[in-house]
Amino acid sequence: MIPGSFSYHRPASVADAVKLLSDLGEDARPLAGGHSLVPMMKLRLASPAHLVDLHGIAGLKGISRNGNNLVIGAMTTQHDLLASEEVAKSIPILREAALLIADPQVRYRGTIGGNVANGDPGNDMPALMMALGASYRLEGTNGARDVAAADFYQGAYFTALEPGEILTSVSVPVPAAGHGYAYEKLKRKVGDYATAAAAVVLTMAGGKVATCSIGLTNVHETPLLAADAAKAVIGTSLDAATLKKAAAAAEAIMAPAADARGPVEYRKHVGGIMVTRALQRAAANAK
Amino acid sequence: MNDMTPTREQRTAALEGMGCKRKRVEDIRFTQGKGNYVDDVKLPGMLHGDFVRSPHPHARVKKIDDSEALKVPGVLAVITAETLKTVNLAWMPTLAGDVQMVLADGKVLFQNQEVAFVVATDRYAADDGINKVVVEYEPLPPLVDPFKSMDADAPVLREDLAGKTSGAHGPRKHHNHIFEWTVGDKELTDAAFKKAEVTIKEMISYHRTHPSPLETCQCVCSFDKIKGELTIYGTFQAPHVIRTVVSLIAKLPEQKIHVIAPDIGGGFGNKVGAYPGYICAAVASIVTGKPVKWVEDRIENLTATSFARDYHMTTEIAATKDGKVTGLRVHVLADHGAFDACADPSKWPAGFFNIVTGSYDFPTAHLAVDGVYTNKAPGGVAYRCSFRVTEAAYCIERAMDILAQKLNMDPAELRLKNFIKPEQFPYHSALGWEYDSGDYHTAMRKMMETTGYAALRKEQAEKRAAFARGETREIMGLGVSFFTEIVGAGPSKNCDILGIAMFDSCEIRMHPTGAGIARMGTKSQGQGHETTWAQIIATEIGIPADNIMVEEGNTDTAPYGLGTYGSRSTPVAGAAIAMAARKIKAKAQMIAAYKLEVHEDDLEWDIDGFRVKGLPEKFMSMKDICWAAYNSVPPGMEPGLEAVSYYDPPNMTYPFGAYLCVMDIDVDTGVYKVRRFYALDDCGTRINPMIIEGQVHGGLTEAFAIAMGQEIRYDEAGNVVTGSFMDFFMPTAVETPHWETDFTVTPSPHHPIGAKGVGESPNVGGVPAFSNAVNDAFSFLGSTHIQMPHDYWRNWKAAKQLGAVA
Ligand SMILES: Cc1cc2nc3c(=O)[nH]c(=O)nc-3n(C[C@H](O)[C@H](O)[C@H](O)COP(=O)(O)OP(=O)(O)OC[C@H]3O[C@@H](n4cnc5c(N)ncnc54)[C@H](O)[C@@H]3O)c2cc1C
Repeated sequence: MIPGSFSYHRPASVADAVKLLSDLGEDARPLAGGHSLVPMMKLRLASPAHLVDLHGIAGLKGISRNGNNLVIGAMTTQHDLLASEEVAKSIPILREAALLIADPQVRYRGTIGGNVANGDPGNDMPALMMALGASYRLEGTNGARDVAAADFYQGAYFTALEPGEILTSVSVPVPAAGHGYAYEKLKRKVGDYATAAAAVVLTMAGGKVATCSIGLTNVHETPLLAADAAKAVIGTSLDAATLKKAAAAAEAIMAPAADARGPVEYRKHVGGIMVTRALQRAAANAK
Repeated sequence: MNDMTPTREQRTAALEGMGCKRKRVEDIRFTQGKGNYVDDVKLPGMLHGDFVRSPHPHARVKKIDDSEALKVPGVLAVITAETLKTVNLAWMPTLAGDVQMVLADGKVLFQNQEVAFVVATDRYAADDGINKVVVEYEPLPPLVDPFKSMDADAPVLREDLAGKTSGAHGPRKHHNHIFEWTVGDKELTDAAFKKAEVTIKEMISYHRTHPSPLETCQCVCSFDKIKGELTIYGTFQAPHVIRTVVSLIAKLPEQKIHVIAPDIGGGFGNKVGAYPGYICAAVASIVTGKPVKWVEDRIENLTATSFARDYHMTTEIAATKDGKVTGLRVHVLADHGAFDACADPSKWPAGFFNIVTGSYDFPTAHLAVDGVYTNKAPGGVAYRCSFRVTEAAYCIERAMDILAQKLNMDPAELRLKNFIKPEQFPYHSALGWEYDSGDYHTAMRKMMETTGYAALRKEQAEKRAAFARGETREIMGLGVSFFTEIVGAGPSKNCDILGIAMFDSCEIRMHPTGAGIARMGTKSQGQGHETTWAQIIATEIGIPADNIMVEEGNTDTAPYGLGTYGSRSTPVAGAAIAMAARKIKAKAQMIAAYKLEVHEDDLEWDIDGFRVKGLPEKFMSMKDICWAAYNSVPPGMEPGLEAVSYYDPPNMTYPFGAYLCVMDIDVDTGVYKVRRFYALDDCGTRINPMIIEGQVHGGLTEAFAIAMGQEIRYDEAGNVVTGSFMDFFMPTAVETPHWETDFTVTPSPHHPIGAKGVGESPNVGGVPAFSNAVNDAFSFLGSTHIQMPHDYWRNWKAAKQLGAVA
């Protein structure tokens, strides 16, 4: 549990960071909160020769409203999200999910940028970002581009980030007033990644589901958008048969790995239950 | 007497003696980050060593190439078995009479086995060096399942034992067999089963787990070539034994070895044994002439130093139709891993597992234990329990529940019917122990009344009916556990470690001003000895506990003792403390008699000094006696006030307790909630009720962890898959249930202060309570036994197999 040697860089601007990363090439990695990267370095599963610490870049932290979007700087910590009144008011599911990540110590350091850029299917924010229809701003030597969360994840630890690019902010459309939401996460203990988790954001009209999106965490090598499951509940009042259908549709796209959290069959089964419970709770808190 | 004269109550309270909830004095430094642990030891020029470990569970080591490693800046040496052979240390003896490779000698036998030791100027360089050592392996088929270890075609693990048909504990039946240990009357027991009206039989496994103290095993070894002296700072639960072992195996004179155990961050049995790291650091220091530090990381600790349990217990009870037990028959298959490094007293290859008759009056019993080798880490330590006692308690407590189910009897009622009765003590068990004292019925009834046991059973019946009607998906279980421990190893007639009797010791020196220092052969790892030992002395000799400094862990200054594990400190060292204090008091009485000009027999002890009988104003306080001991002792008496006691206990002590766990389980996810946990402990005389409560809380938390998920698991290929706290269940305050504690007091009749030891009871009694709760919850669906650990997915699997989930 001792990392290999590396050089440490602390650029003061996005441009400098991008330049460093592209000059240093494959051997360089951005460092945010370090709570995914450093454990991997300690296990020598990652041995970057250069760490480019993003903490020195002033503009990367903070939460602001831009029209109907909440724009969250990549270096905003999970703790910052929890402390934000704006987040609590307009995207309460973000707060709910952040509270289920790790423990206070990790949340003081871990950033939203690191969480979504990491590409670990166990991270909680990516599926939520997909369910919320968020997009990520990526900046590289060729300038900036926006990629939808739904298009960002390609495989475990493989994302749309090109070498030399950093993720500078996350832009989240604020859900409609009165929307219902729930993040249901089954975990073995505090600080554990999900055995399975489901994010639901929906709106109700006349007792029936009007819109719905569902994201799934840690039941596949990438986070998932459960589109069929979401479609199955539109226009229904979430009766038992519909919930069953939605859970089955969600389970159909899950392909979790067997691990100490349980065998594949169990993780899919509880994945379906998380979907059911999240749908029920979201419908109940919708106005 | 004026108003300022303290009352008797005030004088007693000022001592903070036995029975006082004295605050832990050691916490002043611990809570401020001022403890002094091995990793805080930094000596000038100190080097760091770390291991190259085997990725294979079973392989031949063809070649070790260290040439690239030696080029890494800072790397000074790479030690291999070949190096160790030059000093005859490639193998070391284990406490269980086996031998163990210090570094891989031709073969590796478990994943993460120590293969080479890289010594460097800092820890980072050492680890860079490790990555450059090239080891060529030829993989061999791994043996993972202990039930296949004695198959005819099972791979040969221990080539060094080829042709050896007997080991330290008698004949070996197979190349992977270590020992067979039998106790009890087989014929009588078989006859009881033949006649039995009812019998049960179940294979009850207690899975492999690990003590996992937060501070891992570590040491700093420093060899002084000029003086020929070796100083070892280490995480040692038994520092004196380590000194003797080092002297014997390194052939160094024992007076030239200084073993110092500074503050220790938890032990739980993990820090009793001797590990390759200690030997390698010592050899590295001798070779380099510099101090060498070795600090295990978490993965190394979990996967290489000392597992616990891994007992597979085929258990049978014979009984009458109305629930009177008539016989017990147990066969244990014990998975010891690659080397038998069990930390048991030398003549006890399965520890005190023959306490397996538990709290019940079994007229006859028979026990056989087969120890076997597999490609897993060695160990077999007593994880917060006396030797193999928690396995035994789990075995009998689970089996009694299974019998109750078969008889359609309430498990509490079945226990009450079979308890050893108060008038039967001292009680001779069918497997050879003499239980010192107990009042089981009172403890059990107190548990049942306090928890409202009958009402809980009624609620359970209602919930089961509601479940059957489809109104709830939750099932409810009541886990009853009534354990008897056997602690305080131990009497020299039963117990030794490598030939050294398992006494313990205390030396007290009183200073002129009425203060003193006391040193023991034990070593606290968090148990609070500095607090409680002083309390015993305070009550015995009337000096405030605050004026007694307690010191342990330095073999140059402390009297020889066997250390702290197996809840032995209070039963053995606690007795030595009382006996040493009584020697002080006896001399003090002579001094007081001389000063008060009366005969000794005319004095009586009064809280904190001696009083002349019938003349209450003629009093000499212990404080004043201390002063007098240094200037005006009776003619012919030596000055000073010191005493030493080495205590060889006449018997073990037998703490017991009645626990109840109330649990609710959601069958769809397997998620459980511990609604209530009640623990009544009887540890005899209670020295510090607050420390007892703390010990019970800690032990219950470990029991909860073990029963509900904590395991060291290997996959079929022999890879250990639970190597970090991500997967090895270590509950936090959030998962930990609320504990309700209670007590009865049945003093030990043979212990000077009647105390029995409590540190391990909650682990021993807790595990069956949790497991019985889960099993009780599922029993109405038709199951008799579900193996631990009861984590979420396994609960779901049980529900599924029983048809409760689609
Ligand atoms: C005990 C523990 C428990 C945890 N439990 C959970 C949990 O339950 N749920 C959960 O979601 N997470 C969990 N985490 C992970 C935690 O949330 C991490 O903080 C998070 O995954 C990564 O964020 P970071 O800021 O620490 O990133 P880092 O660890 O610094 O970086 C992670 C990866 O992302 C890259 N990266 C970081 N920032 C950027 C950027 N702006 N642009 C491009 N690449 C970037 C890095 O190069 C690295 O590859 C846990 C961590 C620990 C230690």
